[in-house]
Amino acid sequence: MKQRDHLVGYLFVAPQLIGSVVFVFVPLGLVVWYSLHEWNVLADSFSFVGTENYAALVDDPRLPGVLRATGLFSVGLVVVNLGLALLLAVLLNQRLRGTIVFRTLFFSPVVVSLVAWTIVWGFLLQDDGGINGLLRLTGIDGPNWLRGDGTAMGAVVLVQVFKNVGLNMVLFLAALQGVPAQLYEAATIDGAGAWTRFRRITLPMISPTVLLTSIITVVGSLQVFAQIAVLTQGGPGTSTTVLVYYLYQQAFQFHHFGYGSALSVLLFAIVLVLTLVQWRMRRRWVLDET
Amino acid sequence: MRRNWLYGPLCLLAVPFLFPTWWMVTSSFKPVREIFAFPPALWPGSPTLEAYERVFALQPFAQQYWNSLYIAVVVTAGTLVVSSLAGYAFARIPFRGANVLFVVILTGLLIPSEVTIVPLFQLFLTLGLTNTHWPLILVPIFGAPSVLATFIMRQFFLALPRELEEAARVDGLGRFGTYLRIGLPLARPALGAVAIFTFLHSWNLYLEPIVYLTTPSTFTLPQALTQYVDAYGGPMWNVQLAAASLTAIPVLAVFVAAQRQFVEGLAHTGLKG
Repeated sequence: MKQRDHLVGYLFVAPQLIGSVVFVFVPLGLVVWYSLHEWNVLADSFSFVGTENYAALVDDPRLPGVLRATGLFSVGLVVVNLGLALLLAVLLNQRLRGTIVFRTLFFSPVVVSLVAWTIVWGFLLQDDGGINGLLRLTGIDGPNWLRGDGTAMGAVVLVQVFKNVGLNMVLFLAALQGVPAQLYEAATIDGAGAWTRFRRITLPMISPTVLLTSIITVVGSLQVFAQIAVLTQGGPGTSTTVLVYYLYQQAFQFHHFGYGSALSVLLFAIVLVLTLVQWRMRRRWVLDET
Repeated sequence: MRRNWLYGPLCLLAVPFLFPTWWMVTSSFKPVREIFAFPPALWPGSPTLEAYERVFALQPFAQQYWNSLYIAVVVTAGTLVVSSLAGYAFARIPFRGANVLFVVILTGLLIPSEVTIVPLFQLFLTLGLTNTHWPLILVPIFGAPSVLATFIMRQFFLALPRELEEAARVDGLGRFGTYLRIGLPLARPALGAVAIFTFLHSWNLYLEPIVYLTTPSTFTLPQALTQYVDAYGGPMWNVQLAAASLTAIPVLAVFVAAQRQFVEGLAHTGLKG
């Protein structure tokens, strides 16, 4: 019987395990291997160049801009997304009629096709589009949001926030509903105001959820691609060229597969480091590790 | 109730969530000359179906719709099988090396699919499977996206009481029978959450289709939407909006009808266990 269990166990996990090896781990090894090669698909050449692609990475005049755009996007997205999600969750956690309607509404963009959502916002944000039209009604001359150096990144971040904030909102809402009411009652008796109760009770009690959502959101923010491709194509200049978009350009538009692989390794390293940092930080600011 | 003032901020915050959908649908019925008219009109002046006709005239849109739908359904079904099997085994079957294998598989979560897109493209190119739907089906079912599903399934099975399964085993049901007849029916909430996540993930894929697919009849919806451009590469807005409406509205309708299961299922299975 025991012996059979081993066999059955392996059979159960075999599809996932073999799939992970074929579609995740071997490709990860290959991308490192490719990054050590000069690979021109059009000329059909593939030759070992050692760390040349990484040297090119350091010398690439566009890379600092790309990393800056990636960082700006991630920080902007995480701050605005988590802040808004928490605000919405707190509002919906009040005893109000019709919160289900609002919850449905705030969540609804999550199920709308990403590209459809992005196209609509692209349309709204055109120079002569809906948003500037509404602004003109109030006498304000709106900028060309997606073509302006100062506004393009902000616009892309906001479009993405509205798309997915509902997901973090329901996770926060579930966490808020798990906070025991007695804690608030006790604090109120002790004379704690609303803000103090939020700082001292709510935030610590939901800190595991804050950690989870921030990890999901950070990793997700590094994967952004469709929004950039549809809204700005990385422009103006390289102000919205995030790492994945640059990687796509290098590998699939310019056919620099070796250099594209080096960029992939860089992306992997960033995801790895950020996740580990957040995971270590959990000891400092996450209450109740169970 | 003194909290009634909260409706003010709530309604204000609702605008950026509601208005785009409204603007998309109404603008898709506007003739081209009305699309960028000032002042902006919340309702089409002379409604027309012209954009919708062009959606189907310019591209095999029905075929593309079907592509997206069937790929998402196959990926969802496949992921449910793979992840529930693996999740069940990791939670319930004591086999040698289970913990190590679980950790190994879980590290797949740290490898976003964008990192491996170059070698995967080469792999499918070598196999002659570019410009087919195989990459969009195989990679999500067996690769990184299903790892999260396996994790959710394992956590859910761990939190289930064992008694029912043990009773079934005493009655002579094998491991697979117990998984199939007892485990899976009990895991319905987790399966539901995984199904929703997986369907939306497949439905939204954009980088992979544009990397793998080159023939319009093989395109999926997100890719097809961006192909409605004029001779200068500028978007044909009314056609794009009509196609976007056709893409978004059915899913929105399903969501509104089943929103409770959607939202609560996701919230609870995502966290508990």
